[in-house]
Amino acid sequence: MTTTLEQAIGQSQHRSLLSRLMSLQVFWIFFAAVLACVTLSLITDTFATERNLFNVTRNFAFVAIIAIGMTTVIASGGIDLSVGASVVLSAVVIGATMEAGYPIWAAAMFAIGAALLVGLVNGVLIAFVGMPPFVVTLGMLSFARSMALVLSNNKMIYQFGPDHELLLWLGGGSTFGIPHPLIALVILAVIMGFVFKWTRWGQHVFAIGGNENAAILTGIPVRTMKVSVYMFSAFTAGVTGILMVGWLGSVTTNLGTAMELTVIAAAVIGGANLAGGEGTVFGAVVGALLIEVIRNSLILLGISTFWQGAFIGCFIVIAVAFDRIRRLRGQD
Amino acid sequence: MVAQRLTLTGISKHFGAIRALDDVSLSVGEGKVLGLMGDNGAGKSTLVKIIAGNFRPSAGKIELDGDPCDFSHPKDAQRSGIEIVYQDLALCDNLSAASNVFLGRELRRQLGPLRIIDYRAMHTRAGELFTQLKSETRPRDLVRQMSGGQRQAVAIARTLLSDAKVVLMDEPTAAISVRQVAEVLDLIRRLRDRGISVILISHRMPDVFAVSDRIAVLRRGELVAHKDTADSSPEEVTGLITGAIQAA
Repeated sequence: MTTTLEQAIGQSQHRSLLSRLMSLQVFWIFFAAVLACVTLSLITDTFATERNLFNVTRNFAFVAIIAIGMTTVIASGGIDLSVGASVVLSAVVIGATMEAGYPIWAAAMFAIGAALLVGLVNGVLIAFVGMPPFVVTLGMLSFARSMALVLSNNKMIYQFGPDHELLLWLGGGSTFGIPHPLIALVILAVIMGFVFKWTRWGQHVFAIGGNENAAILTGIPVRTMKVSVYMFSAFTAGVTGILMVGWLGSVTTNLGTAMELTVIAAAVIGGANLAGGEGTVFGAVVGALLIEVIRNSLILLGISTFWQGAFIGCFIVIAVAFDRIRRLRGQD
Repeated sequence: MVAQRLTLTGISKHFGAIRALDDVSLSVGEGKVLGLMGDNGAGKSTLVKIIAGNFRPSAGKIELDGDPCDFSHPKDAQRSGIEIVYQDLALCDNLSAASNVFLGRELRRQLGPLRIIDYRAMHTRAGELFTQLKSETRPRDLVRQMSGGQRQAVAIARTLLSDAKVVLMDEPTAAISVRQVAEVLDLIRRLRDRGISVILISHRMPDVFAVSDRIAVLRRGELVAHKDTADSSPEEVTGLITGAIQAA
């Protein structure tokens, strides 16, 4: 039997929307997060309060914003361990420049600029010098955090000059009851969801992660692409650094410590494949949400937060194991 | 006599003291298949890389449709209409067949101020190419889930897209099942029927004899035979490759 051209074009390997949905790791993670939220709303009277939800959404937004950047890096076949250091560097730069009397927009540009510089150095060393991403960004983690210490002389900054109130409003305030970090996350997620699917840049990120050699042979500018990917990841960290300063009202140099691990965990739980070529914006957001819901629920249920790592660790392994099982079944 | 599409005259390539190719002259006609054979290290891949623009020959000239060519970069060769189907096919497993066909030259359409990827047009065009190749490959399927033959179809559809004049195929039938070999040989015949010249580099004697019009044999950098397939035999070619027969 021959199929017509129209049929062949319309056909894909997935049978229906439901089976397609069920085969997605992110669907189950989302399901787990929703289930956790519903359960918590039922068994505690503190979870579903406006105050708590406000906190949850704001806290998870910080991780989720960087997780989108991290997912991009992972999808291109790399890894960025320096995001936590970029957060603190960006925070110290905006803190120090505002303390010195600069207006917020100029200070924010300095902060983002510092983060982009981190990404640029990462990208150039990885793409043009050919060093492994793990090593380069590990070195940068150490270097950028050290720079933050040098710049701030390890002193806490809590006076932000003429635009002090504006900075606190930017990171800690809300509009229509929605915390600003969450608004930033939604904007970023919508833009990047579109970029991943509908732009050449997005396609090429996934092509490089899928088969770098093929990408080179088909004439994709792989090196500049990689630099842009690491700069984007650093950009998300820089934005988060600024928002976190506004939220906390002060800059300390331990900001963002070990954050890279939480972010990578969020990306991986959300379906990003460390071998490259896979990952979604939605997955990154849901992965970050799940981690925050776990953290929050342990606090509300009165369980020691020391358990947090155990739960997150289990989720990382379960999420990836689930993906493996699905793939083995798919091979039959 | 058919017009010669690609003519190599006196091609030599030296790497320091090593002679990889020595005075090789051969040609392939329009819509003809040339089987290029030889043992490992005979100079096949050097010759392919020269035609593809990876290397410049130390001596000799290349002509495409009678015009002399001087490729200093693979891009130059590609622009002139020479396409290569690599042994590992250079496909991205995580992307769809259509995305792979259009990789690096995605079709786009205007959406307000933005230029976005036109998936509908890409799926339609890729579907047409697969139909031309009489392949059952579906544009939306992920390459990961495809058979060896379907992957070849994707790689070959890519060359059709660029309106190639010459397609170099490096061991397309290595490491795939018998049924898929037949599929790939059919694909080669389709290319030929469209007037495209194919240079098939292969170790597999039956495949070369099944599709090629002429056969060229390289041994230790020298061309020891260049004759019509009909005038040769697998026994003779084996002898030429190993050196049991000096030249034919």
